[in-house]
Amino acid sequence: MRLAGFYGFAALVVLLPLLFPNDYFVIVVGASAGLHAILAVGLNLLVGYAGQISLGHAAFFGMGAYASAILTTRFGWPGLLALLAGLLVAGLLAWLLARPILRLRGHYLAMATLGFGVIVHVILVQATDWTGGPDGLSGIPPLNLSGWTVEGDLQWYGVIAAAMLLAIWLSLNLVDSQIGRALRAVHGSEFAAQMMGIDTASAKTRVFVVSALFAAFAGSLFAHQQAFVSPDSFNLAVSVELVTMVVLGGIASTFGAACGAIALTLLRQGLVVFEDYEMLIHGALLMAVMIFLPQGLFVGLGQALRTGLRRCGLGRRRDRHRSLSTAGVQDPGSPP
Amino acid sequence: MPEQLFQFLLTGITVGSLYALVGLGFALIYNASDVVNFAQGEFVMLGAMLTIALLGAGLPLPLAALAATGLTVLVGLLLERFAIEPALGAPVVSTIIITIGAAIFLRGAALLLWGKDFHRLPAFSGDAPIQLGSATLLPQSLWVLGGTALLVLGVRFFFERTRPGKALLACSYNRTAAQLVGINVRVMLRLAYGLSAGLGALAGILIAPITFSSYEAGVMLGLKGFSAAIVGGMGNPMGAVVGGLLLGVLESLGAGLISSGYKDAIAFLFVLMVLFFEPTGLFGHKVAERV
Repeated sequence: MRLAGFYGFAALVVLLPLLFPNDYFVIVVGASAGLHAILAVGLNLLVGYAGQISLGHAAFFGMGAYASAILTTRFGWPGLLALLAGLLVAGLLAWLLARPILRLRGHYLAMATLGFGVIVHVILVQATDWTGGPDGLSGIPPLNLSGWTVEGDLQWYGVIAAAMLLAIWLSLNLVDSQIGRALRAVHGSEFAAQMMGIDTASAKTRVFVVSALFAAFAGSLFAHQQAFVSPDSFNLAVSVELVTMVVLGGIASTFGAACGAIALTLLRQGLVVFEDYEMLIHGALLMAVMIFLPQGLFVGLGQALRTGLRRCGLGRRRDRHRSLSTAGVQDPGSPP
Repeated sequence: MPEQLFQFLLTGITVGSLYALVGLGFALIYNASDVVNFAQGEFVMLGAMLTIALLGAGLPLPLAALAATGLTVLVGLLLERFAIEPALGAPVVSTIIITIGAAIFLRGAALLLWGKDFHRLPAFSGDAPIQLGSATLLPQSLWVLGGTALLVLGVRFFFERTRPGKALLACSYNRTAAQLVGINVRVMLRLAYGLSAGLGALAGILIAPITFSSYEAGVMLGLKGFSAAIVGGMGNPMGAVVGGLLLGVLESLGAGLISSGYKDAIAFLFVLMVLFFEPTGLFGHKVAERV
């Protein structure tokens, strides 16, 4: 019954298009939310479980997308092979970068990942011969899965939903494995984790690679679904949005990340009607959620609900050991 | 070639001083609250845009600049009171998202007020370039350089010679200990945000005649200022100044000698290289983790 939540969620994902087969919000926005959910679930492994921040995750998303776009349009590779190549490139780069980057902590890590994201974005804009520059690449052929060509919004919803469920299932299992426990130990205290005999460097490297693979996979699907890619889909704002999804839903919760992704996608879609006010409202909401629900929507609301039920004498009693706030403990600063 | 190098160097130092000022703002706030304020670039944008707006409303330049700085300081104080104070002690990720939210919010407000157009502040003392050998220098660059030097010296004086400055420094070493010796930590926190917003606004006013300004002008500047602070070692104000100058010069050399399109990539590649070899910046403290 460990995966009960998963089956419930899967049923919902399958039922929605059956109930509303022609609803724009379910099919088109839903597919976009699904892609975001794959990205957020992957990033959550790094940010939520291992406690390592990344403000450059859109770079891996972009690598998957551009690998598919370039290989299928310029070299005529079949979609699946291009997808695998994208995974290989993103995974390899993540593996190479993981050790030097993940040695950094806190804001230094934020800076390094942010810098990496900006560099990849600049390359996408500048390497015009390969990437088409700021105008992007169009005419990406539809994805062909051994004879079946994915066409139309409904079919894409199906493919992306299946990919998302696969990502969630993988993440849930990974988190419950020995690797997942090692990651949580790293999150608690890297030093203590080392004392327990965990090879923290390779644990962090592994999770960085895995989350890059999730992102590149989503990128390939995105390129085929849109039939067009441009650098704007992979800039810093996107990286920030991905982290926001993870934190918004509730850090260190696979469903939290997925829900955060879905909630933010719907929100952005809903805010479009406010036109010029969109930015103002978006910023205000981000601040408000982080201030008033610091554990995120999904986890925070879930906890509030549980406390409410317990107060009414209902529900199971589940004590959770929360790590003590380190707010009072200061690192020695540096003189100016 | 050497003449050209001199020109790149001049441009680099001008841009670098701007990065230095923005980086200084990052360092001040980080020292006081352990928060990296991603809205720092928006303070720069607000300073420039408010000055342009007030100038357009008929105020003379010095008064417009003063009022714009005052208003930006007010925004900084409001940000501290309503967004940072309630979330003190939250994890790094949360505070990053809060300040990014604040940045998006301020950008959205600027978009509503001034639209998407670029606006320009007239140069303080004319546009006639000054000839320096084979290189040229805009009179406004002299304002930027002089202004930066004054502000940096001012910040140094503040920390070394004044009581509030020393109290702020004490807070950055250890907030609990500072409180125990009778320093009002909350007031210090507000002081840091006000000061850093003011610095940002002044930087924006100084550079606006050269670069033009728009509601989005703060984004890249904020990132470069953050890079400057990181290269110098987070929380080391003078390190941030050195980091900013280094970054500006490298970027200008890279743009001139390699490719102007890759300018930002070169700057961030430099930051990554610094971090790979010095994980806490050039002048940062090595910090031991507490279990």
